[in-house]
Amino acid sequence: MLAFLVIRICYAAVVVFGVSLAVFFLIRIGGDPTTLFLPPEASAEDIARFRHVMGFDRPLPVQYLDFLHRALQGDFGHSLRYDQPAMALVLERAPATLALSGLALAMSLVIAVPLAILAAAYRGTVVDRISLLISLIGQSFPAFWLAIMLILLFSETWGILPPSGRGGFEHLIMPSIVLATYSTAIITRLLRSSMIEALQSDYVRTARGKGVSEPRIILKHALRNAAIPTITVIGLQVGALLGGAVITEEVFAYPGVGRLAIQAIANRDFTVVQAFVLVMAVTIVSINLLVDLSYAALDPRLRGK
Amino acid sequence: MSALRRFLDSWLAALGLAIVLVVLFGALFAEFLIPFDPDAQNILMRLKPPMWRGADGVHLMGTDALGRDIFSRLVMGARVSLLVGVASVVISGVVGVTFGLIAGYEDKYVGRVLMAITDIQLAIPFLVLALAVAAVVGPSLWNIIVILGLTNWVQYARVVRAECLSLREREFIQAAHTMGIGVGAILVRHLLPNVMSSVIVISSLLVAKMILFESSLSFLGLGVPPTTPTWGTMIADGRNYISHAGWIATFPGLAIFVTVVGINLIGDRLRDMLDPRLRQMEG
Repeated sequence: MLAFLVIRICYAAVVVFGVSLAVFFLIRIGGDPTTLFLPPEASAEDIARFRHVMGFDRPLPVQYLDFLHRALQGDFGHSLRYDQPAMALVLERAPATLALSGLALAMSLVIAVPLAILAAAYRGTVVDRISLLISLIGQSFPAFWLAIMLILLFSETWGILPPSGRGGFEHLIMPSIVLATYSTAIITRLLRSSMIEALQSDYVRTARGKGVSEPRIILKHALRNAAIPTITVIGLQVGALLGGAVITEEVFAYPGVGRLAIQAIANRDFTVVQAFVLVMAVTIVSINLLVDLSYAALDPRLRGK
Repeated sequence: MSALRRFLDSWLAALGLAIVLVVLFGALFAEFLIPFDPDAQNILMRLKPPMWRGADGVHLMGTDALGRDIFSRLVMGARVSLLVGVASVVISGVVGVTFGLIAGYEDKYVGRVLMAITDIQLAIPFLVLALAVAAVVGPSLWNIIVILGLTNWVQYARVVRAECLSLREREFIQAAHTMGIGVGAILVRHLLPNVMSSVIVISSLLVAKMILFESSLSFLGLGVPPTTPTWGTMIADGRNYISHAGWIATFPGLAIFVTVVGINLIGDRLRDMLDPRLRQMEG
């Protein structure tokens, strides 16, 4: 178990390193951003001096090694736009995004888990049809459009919720509904099909034969096994879900890391984009690490390994 | 024909196919269907409500802030959505299937490196990666297609690899290997045909996702250049008029939603028919 843990953590570090490499080069394919930061009347010497000071005149691999060297010491560079450390900017906004994503995930689970269980237990009935309909619709909504329609309805027409910004709980309601839509659809669909498969398995038949009560079979025997593939896929989808947060934050002008990232991309604020992607990568990799470890909790067979 | 009949046995799948055929028809024959030039501005006719709410009733779905006909722009937008959806899926498919076949057959060194690359890809929020690259290379139709294609191949790679790992142990592959058939030929002639049903299912559902992604990027102004009418840019335009001209953003949003529902219905049916096991491997 310990060896497994060590190998997994080392591999996670390799993945984060790979992400840093990929992002560093990808956002620089367009050349350096010097001209964006100097006024058009800047002289050739000024431009050259700026490039030299910023280090843009060195070969890319050298720039990368320099970045890596500093990053390992906790220095992720200064934002070109805000004149603040890039990592501090990202981390400062992280709690807002965390609150939004957390609430959205909680909403998804509260809706999706009971719905999927009922749909699998009463397969082919109205409940099942509703679950399929919800997952189809949830997967097909363009998030940004849903956001605009909710603003139209709740803010413009009825005036009961604020259309944008951050403040109290009421600012979180619409964004988290938008963010929860897609994940609710995915979780419902995956858990339903895993549950259906689990309910047809031998161990469920055995349990029924032994006279175990139906609620106990569903919650204890089937759900535990069905949870594994569902959690795996949710882990793999974290990146997509966080991407959804970016769009949601933008539409609601919600001051989280996603909105910061979009502004940084628009401003070619490389250091902030890098810091953002690295924070996201560490988050995603850690979540998947936890997912791997949670197998041991859910599946006793894996504990010995 | 029996496959088609079996496909149409589900009325939902038939509905999906009908939706997609209508959108495809609109995209192909857009020039003959549109009542107005989609780019023609008419300041006198700006912000006219849809036909059933307006007094002058010439514009079926009303006009936008520049007096352009929304219905005409919507029909032209179908072309972009379908083109981006299909073309980017072709790129993803080629990259992902190639990765999956190689990683599934040679899982020693090359395979591990390839799987590490897929894990790196998974650890980057796709939308941010796509936005960053789009911002750097500049918005154009083909840039968007390539960016979407190169950022969404992971699912193919994972599924195809998993299938190859088990196919590899089967006798017909072992036999081909013993007979001295080269690796390339085994991958293309023996493994590829056996993973095709999964590839078809993934592709159909991915087209729907790609259409959503393209509209998101265009909505943020980093997709297709704003001069081309697309559903995403139309919603972005309409966003500023949401309180008094809600129809500008409503119709393109409905168009995306209905199209994506149609494609998902087809994909779901194909999955049920071709590959029920895939249910648990997708997302």
